Amino acid sequence: MDLNLYTAHELSDLISNKKVKVEEVVNSHFNRIDSVDSKLGAYLYLAKTEAIDKAREIDNKISQGGKTGRLAGIPVSIKDNISVQGMQNSCASKILKGYISPYDAHVIEKIKGEDGIILGKLNMDEFAMGSSTENSACRVTRNPWDTERVPGGSSGGSAVCVSAFESPLALGTDTGGSVRQPASLCGVVGLKPTYGRVSRYGAVAFGSTLDQIGTFARDVEDCALLNQYIAGVDQRDSTTANIEVPNYQSSLTKDLKGKRIGVPKEYFGEGLDEGVRKAVFEALRVFEENGAIVKECSLPLSDYSLAAYYIISSAEASSNLARFDGIRYGHRATEFNDAVDIYYKSRSQGFGPEVKRRIMLGTYVLSAGYYDAYYKKALKVRNLIKQDFSRVLKDFDAIVCPTSPTTAFKIGEKSGDVLSMYLSDIYTVPVNVAGLPGISIPCGMVNNLPVGLQIIGNYYREDVLFNIAYSFEKSTNWHKMKPNI
Amino acid sequence: MEFESVIGLEVHAELSTKTKIYCGCSTEFGGEPNSHVCPVCLGLPGSLPTLNKKVVEYGIKTGLALNCSITNLGRMDRKNYFYPDCSKDYQITQDELPICRDGYIDIELQDGTKKRIRIERIHIEEDAGKLLHTAAGTLVDFNRSGVPLIEIVSWPDMRTPEEATLYLQKLKSILFSLGVSDCKMEQGSLRCDGNISVMKKGSTKFGVRAEIKNLNSFKSLEKAFEFEIVRHIKAIEQGEVLTQETRRWDESSNITINMRSKEEANDYRYFPEGDLVTLNISDEWIKEIKNTIPELPYEKAERFVASYGIPKYDAGVLTLNFEMSEFFDETAKISKDPKAASNWLMGDISRMMNEKHLTVENLKFSPSELSELIKLINDGIISNNIGKKVIENMFETGKAPKSIIEEKGLIQNNNEAEILDVVKKIIQDNPKSVEDFKNGKKRAIGFIVGLIMKETKGKANPQIVNALVNSEMNKI
Amino acid sequence: MSVSKKDVEHVAKLARLEFNEMEKNSLMDDLNKVLGYIEKLEELNTENEDIIINPYYIENKFREDDIQQSLKVEAVTINAPQSLGGYIVVPKIID
Repeated sequence: MDLNLYTAHELSDLISNKKVKVEEVVNSHFNRIDSVDSKLGAYLYLAKTEAIDKAREIDNKISQGGKTGRLAGIPVSIKDNISVQGMQNSCASKILKGYISPYDAHVIEKIKGEDGIILGKLNMDEFAMGSSTENSACRVTRNPWDTERVPGGSSGGSAVCVSAFESPLALGTDTGGSVRQPASLCGVVGLKPTYGRVSRYGAVAFGSTLDQIGTFARDVEDCALLNQYIAGVDQRDSTTANIEVPNYQSSLTKDLKGKRIGVPKEYFGEGLDEGVRKAVFEALRVFEENGAIVKECSLPLSDYSLAAYYIISSAEASSNLARFDGIRYGHRATEFNDAVDIYYKSRSQGFGPEVKRRIMLGTYVLSAGYYDAYYKKALKVRNLIKQDFSRVLKDFDAIVCPTSPTTAFKIGEKSGDVLSMYLSDIYTVPVNVAGLPGISIPCGMVNNLPVGLQIIGNYYREDVLFNIAYSFEKSTNWHKMKPNI
Repeated sequence: MEFESVIGLEVHAELSTKTKIYCGCSTEFGGEPNSHVCPVCLGLPGSLPTLNKKVVEYGIKTGLALNCSITNLGRMDRKNYFYPDCSKDYQITQDELPICRDGYIDIELQDGTKKRIRIERIHIEEDAGKLLHTAAGTLVDFNRSGVPLIEIVSWPDMRTPEEATLYLQKLKSILFSLGVSDCKMEQGSLRCDGNISVMKKGSTKFGVRAEIKNLNSFKSLEKAFEFEIVRHIKAIEQGEVLTQETRRWDESSNITINMRSKEEANDYRYFPEGDLVTLNISDEWIKEIKNTIPELPYEKAERFVASYGIPKYDAGVLTLNFEMSEFFDETAKISKDPKAASNWLMGDISRMMNEKHLTVENLKFSPSELSELIKLINDGIISNNIGKKVIENMFETGKAPKSIIEEKGLIQNNNEAEILDVVKKIIQDNPKSVEDFKNGKKRAIGFIVGLIMKETKGKANPQIVNALVNSEMNKI
Repeated sequence: MSVSKKDVEHVAKLARLEFNEMEKNSLMDDLNKVLGYIEKLEELNTENEDIIINPYYIENKFREDDIQQSLKVEAVTINAPQSLGGYIVVPKIID
């Protein structure tokens, strides 16, 4: 079997048992990328030399009986907004053209420390703003299940490369659903950890109090494997918690006896595609069969999450993106009137329309006269939304719902309507607002397009998510589907 | 019509921590451009700030020393604006919940009255990079970007430039003695901006104020405020409308100049810094820090007056400099003669230090050696005049007074009989002086005494000489 | 609350962005649409609620005052659009 068809945990066994060489593994993946990525457009940069060099280094170590890391030889691909030293970090924007990161993000240090291999950088919506990857200033990324359709966003490249067997693992970022939604649309596993579980140091900030680095994989065991080594407190990110990372392996069991699963009625209303609803309800039966108690619950404030999210995320983004000014790095305009005008020209030339739209919205809600009515109000609503979830999570171990109201839509279908695009995040956004962990797993197909199921847990209870998701996998085959590409 | 000015001061001090406020880069002054920067203080994509505990500690320490209440639950905020020296195009500072508020400094005016200048707030924040304007463009160095600053904002309680100077002097001396800043105005580690307006004397309605920047010495502060007062009064008397503006003190032309670029009111869009977490400052921590606060200069001066009985003025001078106050304190304790200690330090020793541009730290002798000198004089072993020679030698060589006296044979001659012989001889040799004295010229005694001191190489006990000369001259 | 073209121009200035007339009109529409949507938050009574900044509450994360390694100057200037020696160069600022 081609080595790129294995999961990370399978590759790990093959490598440690010396059944395959790391160089073979890496080459197999690059071959796959060479053969399909021209149709898919997931990658913005391929780190061929770096990866092969690292592969050979690890092979040498292994052959000499040396000790290697726990991700030894496993390829991982990285969304192009997470810093890898010596590589581009474009955020799919013109404004970062030519920028080479002089440092590694915390998660990259962790992966390298465990001898994981970085294959390359992945396409995304510009500055992670979008739900389809259509906002990339670099290229279009296509869904491997139907190349006329979007892969979702903003971590479209990450979802595609895993779905299309170009990479067993990928990292993305999730501010309002940007890992879970593309995972759902591409039929792979996507985890957004609890806020503060994984260090954001090195990930380009969009919404400082919403962002998390998430993991893409083809099965839950792989997702847990990668998350095991990138999670944990980091002195360089003050928002990471001093909470130990449990051994996620021990959560990978089929038995769900005693687990209480809540199904929020507000998440099954208008706007939800009928095929998606059916698939999700069928999935609920699997949980019951495996021992869980599944009951309806209520999250009445769900309707307000999107509004609160857009105020908070835009406001934070307007400030986080101020540093992109052409002064110290990135694109600087060549024609300008003076030292003030250069800012206007560089930024207006460098940013795409959606980014500008969000910066304008964010600047507006923070500006004098509107701060209390919009921003402060949103922060108070955030408190209410947190309380909403906390109340439900007192009686339930997890909340289950669809990840996305639809399956993958056609390229160009939603890009004209701002609100329509925003509404595709309606089920994922509340999770970021509350800071809870959420995972999306494939749970069905509608017209040969994947459907994703979202499982939301309590703070720092990724173990519960892994347990429920793994149990589902053990009883179904959705995670084994392969797109025809 | 009589006017008075209304002045408030905003003081920024660079905190003397080893590292910057939000990253571990060194705060060391100088250094090649951009050699003390990292992804955080350079504002690279993906970087995150981490708060230096020492900065918070220094902030609390300063607040306590300035009689403030410490905010128990606080946080950092972002102040958003674009400028090339601002590496993130926002400054992480404190807006709504500053670390300290509601403090005061008491100043003492020339006429002896005490006045309380209230402090509105104190907060911690980061400094920006440095700009070097050249013909080829502006050069930016981010070494200073992220250096920790403390900002101390007073209420506009000052009514004259003199009061402003007294406030700033006392504030500087407190900050310095706390060890939180080296307070070098010329180097920029202590910066002062002022707000000044003018109103009818005794009025309660403040006039239109001007913000004055670039007050980088006590002199320029005084001159700038004097200039502004004149400018404001002139405008009022001529019926001109004053507008709220920001002006810069120009040292070379001795005027304030309107800063057009700052005129447009900036909307800083302050909002909470989400990359840093809540500051929960416990009462225990505050107490711990309070215990590290040394005796402040003004407290020391008050103690010197109370326990050593030296004049207020002397106490003030002696506590201007920390090392000087310590040296005096030690010497006073050991010698048990604070007056003498104060006289030596404020007199000959200060004179010699000024001449040679040296400080107390450079003194080659110790408080116990100075005490030794004082004791030698008080015991009559040497005269005060000989003491002056000895202190000069101690200053040059660092040798102990006893060994200097022995080496140079300076021990005072207290032998009345011996001195009487010299007295008689000199009187005999100077009949004209005797004549003058008899004719009422009392100065003749001084002349005779001078000759005797010369004859005895200064070693004769001056009191004995004086007494004997007087009695002998009167006998004639 | 309705956003006017003047509002758009003022906000653009704060954000250092410039737009042509067509873009300004389109932005006005978009902003009004989104603002209309987010105004639904007014329906909620938040009088007695505290603001939430970080969704998972943490306090007192500090760094010790120990010097850490800085970047090499070359690493700083290599990404700069214009540099001179170790300095980053920008157009001359007139104050």
